[in-house]
Amino acid sequence: MTDSTAGMTPEEARRADEAHTGPMLAADGTPLKKSLARALRRQKLRALGLIAPLLVFVLITFVVPIGDMLLRSIKNDIVADTLPATVETLADWDADASELPGDDVWMAFYVDMWFAAERKEHTRLGSRLNYEQTGVSSLFRKTGRRVDRFDTDVYTDQLVDLDPSWEDPASWAAMLDGPAADALPLTAETWERWKEFNVEEGDAVLEEDVPDFLFTTLYYELNNGAEVDGMSDRLDAAKAAVGEFETVSLQEQFADADEDWLDPEVWKTIQLYSPRVTSGYFANSVDMQLTPEGIEPRPDNQQIYGILFKRTLFMSLVITGSCIMLAYPVAWLLSNLPMRTANLLMILVLLPFWTSLLVRTSAWKVMLQQQGVINDVLVWLGLVADDARLTMINNQFGTIVAMTHILLPFMILPMYSVMSTIPPSYLRAAKSLGATNWTAFWRVYFPQSVPGIGAGSILVFILAIGYYITPEIVGGNTGTFISNRIAYHISSSLNWGLAAALGTILLVVVLVLYWAYDKIVGIDNVKLG
Amino acid sequence: MADVTNGDAFVEFERVQKSYDGENLVVKDLNLSLPKGEFLTMLGPSGSGKTTCLMMLAGFETATHGEIKLDGKPINNIPPHKRGIGMVFQNYALFPHMTVAENLSFPLEVRRMSKSDREAKVKRALDMVQMGDFGGRRPAQLSGGQQQRIALARALVFEPELVLMDEPLGALDKQLREHMQFEITSIAHNLGITTVYVTHDQTEALTMSDRVAVFDDGRIQQLAPPDELYESPQNSFVAQFIGENNTLEGTIKEIKGDHCVVQLADGSLIDAKPVNVTQPGEKTLVSIRPERVEMNKERLSPDAHTLKAEVVEFIYMGDIFRTRLRVAGKDDFVIKTRNAPDQRRLQKGEQIEIGWLAEDCRALDA
Ligand SMILES: Nc1ncnc2c1ncn2[C@@H]1O[C@H](COP(=O)(O)OP(=O)(O)OP(=O)(O)O)[C@@H](O)[C@H]1O
Ligand SMILES: [Mg+2]
Repeated sequence: MTDSTAGMTPEEARRADEAHTGPMLAADGTPLKKSLARALRRQKLRALGLIAPLLVFVLITFVVPIGDMLLRSIKNDIVADTLPATVETLADWDADASELPGDDVWMAFYVDMWFAAERKEHTRLGSRLNYEQTGVSSLFRKTGRRVDRFDTDVYTDQLVDLDPSWEDPASWAAMLDGPAADALPLTAETWERWKEFNVEEGDAVLEEDVPDFLFTTLYYELNNGAEVDGMSDRLDAAKAAVGEFETVSLQEQFADADEDWLDPEVWKTIQLYSPRVTSGYFANSVDMQLTPEGIEPRPDNQQIYGILFKRTLFMSLVITGSCIMLAYPVAWLLSNLPMRTANLLMILVLLPFWTSLLVRTSAWKVMLQQQGVINDVLVWLGLVADDARLTMINNQFGTIVAMTHILLPFMILPMYSVMSTIPPSYLRAAKSLGATNWTAFWRVYFPQSVPGIGAGSILVFILAIGYYITPEIVGGNTGTFISNRIAYHISSSLNWGLAAALGTILLVVVLVLYWAYDKIVGIDNVKLG
Repeated sequence: MADVTNGDAFVEFERVQKSYDGENLVVKDLNLSLPKGEFLTMLGPSGSGKTTCLMMLAGFETATHGEIKLDGKPINNIPPHKRGIGMVFQNYALFPHMTVAENLSFPLEVRRMSKSDREAKVKRALDMVQMGDFGGRRPAQLSGGQQQRIALARALVFEPELVLMDEPLGALDKQLREHMQFEITSIAHNLGITTVYVTHDQTEALTMSDRVAVFDDGRIQQLAPPDELYESPQNSFVAQFIGENNTLEGTIKEIKGDHCVVQLADGSLIDAKPVNVTQPGEKTLVSIRPERVEMNKERLSPDAHTLKAEVVEFIYMGDIFRTRLRVAGKDDFVIKTRNAPDQRRLQKGEQIEIGWLAEDCRALDA
């Protein structure tokens, strides 16, 4: 053998050496790591193929809608989309000065409002801003009806008197195609919006009368010293004449429509909610509000969500706790009975699932109300005076009782499935080693049943924290959950942004608790079946 | 050790009966007493009531009737945790959420032993089963044999005087089982503890025990040291249950002292030793071990009866030859011969004559 090694060239020897010390090789000569990775990749692809249908389904029906919903909690396009020019001019307005905005804002707002009213978008904007300041909704509705009857036709008449060609839309088109567009930016932009609007409506812009607001913007810009000198005769004439024009105050026009426009608070609200992304919904859902000075707590009498969140958490914990107390002995009993009996009793545990949730909840109403079964029995027994019947419904107590009952099976099932895998021999072993019944249970049985408690608690807690129907029916004023408020915002007040923010916070709270649970107990200790 | 008087009995079952359902007796009239330090094995087919007996002794089942005494005192009303009996379960029942050391210190903790005492005892118990380095592991991280040792150590760590083991080696492979058999017996004898051991496996029972109690049908069929059990079974169940055995049906023709003549169904006569037959005319099942059958007529007494047999099958097994014969119309009669230089290898179809010493052939109940 030494001979053959000696006969190698140094290069061959080095390679042979490398083959020994280098990476392990598979039978076909590829590195072992690589071929292992390839084999695993094929397995992973197959696994992916198997779950692909579910993945797509979940993506389309869950992740995407939920994601969209959550985005609504910060999205705020409506102000910037409906009042683009106003938002731009209002940016320079100093809200703290408690003065009304200047003429440029009124001008821009007039144009924006005209288009919004024509497109019937002003009411939606009104309801949106109404979440932040009550009364804005009717303000916009009223103004929308008035905005195309403003007295701005005086500008039209005066300009047409100067030169009748102002009546011809073609002349406007020609003018704003040239250098005048740079000199009259607002008019040019408004002309573009007017053209777009006509395209939307299916009208030809050259066959429509030039609207009053274009004359108004033209007047406004000429009056403010637009440099149109030498561009055309009629512009020169107009510029020379505007100083003498009879004028209308847009501010007064708006104030005529609704005098609330003279309230700087309205303008503050519009300014605060101009950005396309807002933290306003989140601020609202933690009892804060956006102000020009930053985020501030709401006045005490308007704080409701903090209380609701705390109550939801507290009651969910109480419900989870009472479910554990009630379910543990039952699960223990079930897992220690012979299979046949256990299955029979299991049907009883599952029986509530076969009746409608509404029926069960309503049954609790019958049981717990002041003229209900329990009160009647207590009065009959003389334990409670007839005029001092207990209030057990439409409050927290009612919600806790009804929800504990409804969620109990979700606690029993995982507990049972864990307990039935704990062989009785462990308890016997503990006793044979000298442990009393209690020690044997506490030191040996209980630790092994913790995964069941954990799984049941997570299930019940997460179900409880988002529960809606039962608190709605039996909760009254003091027993409702945050989810009832979310439902209210989704279906009644239509403040979806706020609902989304509340939902997001709820989701985050659950995730944080889940994380904490993982840190404390360990999620691998949870056995769901 | 077989001749124990009730006076120094450590564990005693007196006329114990047990029924789970109120209809069938699982244990019928059990009487058993064992002295301190004895290693007793309960052997029997599945469902014969072995575990039930053990559970009654440990206190997890109550006897329906009769009395169980430990060290002279009745224990029927003592709860399991006060009996101080060590127990090794079939599936080991090591607590999965505790480490090996915690498992071992559990019985000491519940006895409120001080921490230093506990640690010393746990260490000693682990060393005894040669598992000193495994104290920090969880049971799930141990092999079957290692878990078995830990279970044994846990049952012994609090120094009980009586240890019960219910098929502790059932889950191990053959080699490990044989090794553990040896370890268990030597530990039990070194510590001088009394052991009640339950098994299915007759080899295990024969090799480990001082005495074996053969269970069937809720009764002890025979209680004897291993050699006696094998060589002098008291009834046909024990004869068939322990070791390989040939049986022939017949009727007693005549009885003279400890010799009798049995007539088989085809009319041929054989010699036997009457065990539990008393008079001529009785039906009997005679039992003879395959290695006690003689083919060499010269080794038998001149007036001995012989049987004609035809070789059905010859199997070479290395140290022995195993030959299956057709005898008295049935072809399941087996003989075993040593692979000695002078031993002839029989051919299939060959006609031979077989016989035996009367004391090797036992006439038992039919
Ligand atoms: N908890 C019980 N309830 C009802 N019957 C039982 C119970 N435990 C055992 N039995 C019955 O008692 C009889 C004896 O059971 P036991 O467990 O003592 O048998 P064993 O000899 O240990 O059998 P194996 O060798 O299979 O372990 C069996 O017929 C069994 O079905
Ligand atoms: Mg058993």
